[in-house]
Amino acid sequence: MKYLDEFRDPQLAKGLLEEIKRAVTGPWVIMEICGGQTHSIMRYGIDQLLPPEITLVHGPGCPVCVTPLETIDRALAIAARPDVIFTSFGDMLRVPGSSDDLFRVKSRGGDVRMVYSPLEAVKMARENPDREVVFLAVGFETTAPGNAMAIKQAAAEGLTNFSEIVSHVLVPPAMEAILSSPACRVQGFLAAGHVCTIMGWDEYEPIAAKYRVPIVPTGFEPVDILEGILKTVQLLENGQPGVENQYLRVVSAEGNPAARAVVDEIYTVCDRKWRGIGMIPGSGLMIRDEMAAFDAEKKFKVEGIVTEEPEICISGEILQGLKKPHECPAFGKECTPTSPLGATMVSSEGACAAYHKYSRKGLL
Amino acid sequence: MCLAIPGRVLKTFEENGLVMGLIDYAGVQNQACLTYTPEAEVGSYVIVHAGFALQILNEDEAQASLRELSRLADIMEEDRKEKDAK
Ligand code: SF4
Repeated sequence: MKYLDEFRDPQLAKGLLEEIKRAVTGPWVIMEICGGQTHSIMRYGIDQLLPPEITLVHGPGCPVCVTPLETIDRALAIAARPDVIFTSFGDMLRVPGSSDDLFRVKSRGGDVRMVYSPLEAVKMARENPDREVVFLAVGFETTAPGNAMAIKQAAAEGLTNFSEIVSHVLVPPAMEAILSSPACRVQGFLAAGHVCTIMGWDEYEPIAAKYRVPIVPTGFEPVDILEGILKTVQLLENGQPGVENQYLRVVSAEGNPAARAVVDEIYTVCDRKWRGIGMIPGSGLMIRDEMAAFDAEKKFKVEGIVTEEPEICISGEILQGLKKPHECPAFGKECTPTSPLGATMVSSEGACAAYHKYSRKGLL
Repeated sequence: MCLAIPGRVLKTFEENGLVMGLIDYAGVQNQACLTYTPEAEVGSYVIVHAGFALQILNEDEAQASLRELSRLADIMEEDRKEKDAK
């Protein structure tokens, strides 16, 4: 595919790898924020090709993994209602709640449907005026504009049977939470390229300056990731904190202001609990009061949610870059992709699932 | 989850008041909402995520990056040959 295959070229990857080896004196710990990047790193064996001076740790950038258990349990309760058509992106269907998941709700007769775009959920609301259509809106800044547009569109059409459970999360506050933890060992970041398509890279400059770290917005193909690592290593070796954009073909300083305007019109910033990590101030988006008619959690009051996390799961430490999946005693034993205990094993972008899936053979 | 891939706009149209595009991903075609990339026209490459185009791919930057990276790969190859010769 054009503009994908070129960035998977083994020759280019090889050149970058040699340049990284030449540039590094290290040791350096670099975190890739996004689960999509973790997935690429494992798939192409990039972590094993890098010189030993570089350690990659995997960040909290998988919205499926960090959606709080309470939200999942509440979604499951709403999805089980007979008057509801429950819609969600495919990756949320298998995420375990305290004792259930959306697939099982569906197998018991719940009307759970996977959508590719939130606009499909709006279409279902238009076509089923006697049913309530609920969309589970999760994701980072990348996904928020589409999910916000679904509400804007439903409002414009006067639909009263469409609503969202919103559990959006924002990346910069999570980066700050990681950096300000006393246990932090991250010295540089590959920032999530597609989050930056919306937000632009200039919002990272204050973080880079405050914590004196390099932050490099990076794409998802192996050549992108290697170039992102090279740029981060060069900044680290030169003692230069700051932002340098690797993903020039897609990311600009200002991002996409039109998309941000619609997000602001529909959602507002709130404190949000991240599964496995805990409360991070100002790290979420919720529906504005003016748009409360589209808030499924207000429309369908679900009381008495008592959540239960498996004790053995260390996904919180993994999401903060403090531990690696194979350090979990349940990894590959009680916990596998077919019977996951924690969200980082469910989502294909979760670090545990990525470690489990790839037989870590190199690209080169 | 933030997976977004480049596709080429084949045609644009309006649906329920929104600008939409038919997008080609190397033979596989699908619709995407173009409301956030109003400058996208037929032939543009857009980065699509969950049914929405988020940005127009900057083809000049893509070509420049690839040129720069090939140059680096060539230099490294030369160096390796030199080392091997010694
Ligand atoms: S392997 Fe399973 S139990 Fe262990 S941290 Fe990962 S998701 Fe949790």
